[in-house]
Amino acid sequence: MSLLGIMGAQFRRDLALVWKSGAAAPLGFFLGAAALTPLAVRPTTFDELDQLAQIGPQLLWIAAALAALLVLERLFQADLEDGSLDQMTLSAAPLEALVAAKAAALWVGVGLPIALAGAPAALALQAPPAAIPAIATGLAVGMAAFIGAGLVGAAAAASVKRGGVLIALLALPFFAPPFIFGAAAARAAVLGDPFGEAFALLCGIALAAAAIGPVAAAAALRLQAE
Amino acid sequence: MARVRLSVEGLILARGGRRLFDPLTFATTGGAYVEVRGPNGAGKTSLLRAIAGWMRPFDGTIRFEGVEEPALAIAYLGHRDGLKPLLSADAHARHWRALLGGDGDSAEALDRVGLSAVADLPVRAFSQGQQRRLALSRLLIAPRPVWLLDEPAAALDSAGKRLLAEIVSDHVKHGGLVIAAAHEPLGPAPDQILALA
Repeated sequence: MSLLGIMGAQFRRDLALVWKSGAAAPLGFFLGAAALTPLAVRPTTFDELDQLAQIGPQLLWIAAALAALLVLERLFQADLEDGSLDQMTLSAAPLEALVAAKAAALWVGVGLPIALAGAPAALALQAPPAAIPAIATGLAVGMAAFIGAGLVGAAAAASVKRGGVLIALLALPFFAPPFIFGAAAARAAVLGDPFGEAFALLCGIALAAAAIGPVAAAAALRLQAE
Repeated sequence: MARVRLSVEGLILARGGRRLFDPLTFATTGGAYVEVRGPNGAGKTSLLRAIAGWMRPFDGTIRFEGVEEPALAIAYLGHRDGLKPLLSADAHARHWRALLGGDGDSAEALDRVGLSAVADLPVRAFSQGQQRRLALSRLLIAPRPVWLLDEPAAALDSAGKRLLAEIVSDHVKHGGLVIAAAHEPLGPAPDQILALA
């Protein structure tokens, strides 16, 4: 079977697992965190409502980053524990390609739904309707960057029980660049300013993370195969 | 196809700073059944994982001849079955065919290990023995010349053990190499016994 065929099989298997094992949980976490934001800001006047509109989309980015950390924890841990990782290393497809397929499945299964849910969430946080497509698109690209940047941490902590905190510590520094430009693009969209520059930088970061992440993660996984 | 040859020379494995067994030297080829014996902690699993290329030897060499890429010649069956509780037996079979490459008939393989009636059920509904049978079917679905089996009889009932012995004998008869770590003899007469100490 061709390399793409094997990657496709890994992608479909992981996507099926993401759905069956509850992609709804990180999505619910994201929406729940978004719903708590107005309770913290407690807008009572129109001025305060405007404030919420200004910070709302940026708070969505925090919720999205935390949701990404949630799903990264089990990404490789389950494969290492149940022996699937052993089988992956015996494939004709390089481990890097299989990791990329797994990351892609995670993005489609969890990242895209979160980005889509970001649209109604942003509306609820008083973002102007005209800014919604830009906010959702930014979140979709941002989730790709988060997953790509978090792969190394997820792989390095795969053999650690309750490695979630460790993954957070390892991955959060890498979350900073997409965070900065993603939130900047969201803010510019809300204010009606041009956001193309920040968005282009965000896309570049996502591409770099998607290219480097699987290679680094595969190297980290090989070290743990013993 | 050239017969696969495996030669191990002066192999020393260490775990947690402790040497596992005396330097090990042996050679074997396709068409042989090799049984690895030794008490718990003797390093049976480590030896198999070193041959699979996952564990780096502390010293010594492990060399394959007659295969282009060892990783693509090896089938590994260990304590961890490589199963996902949420996926069906059939989904596993299809995935292994794609991942490991194979022309094995997955329906026939599931039938041979006695799982065709439950092929559509998720693996979480399986007993330990059934899970082990499903893992065994991987050897038939994605045929590889070298089989590394780590306590393959664990959790199998007596019919399952007979089936395992049959599958191993068949593979050896067809020129395959089987190296199995086992507490108790699996059934087929070993061509070579490696006693680790």
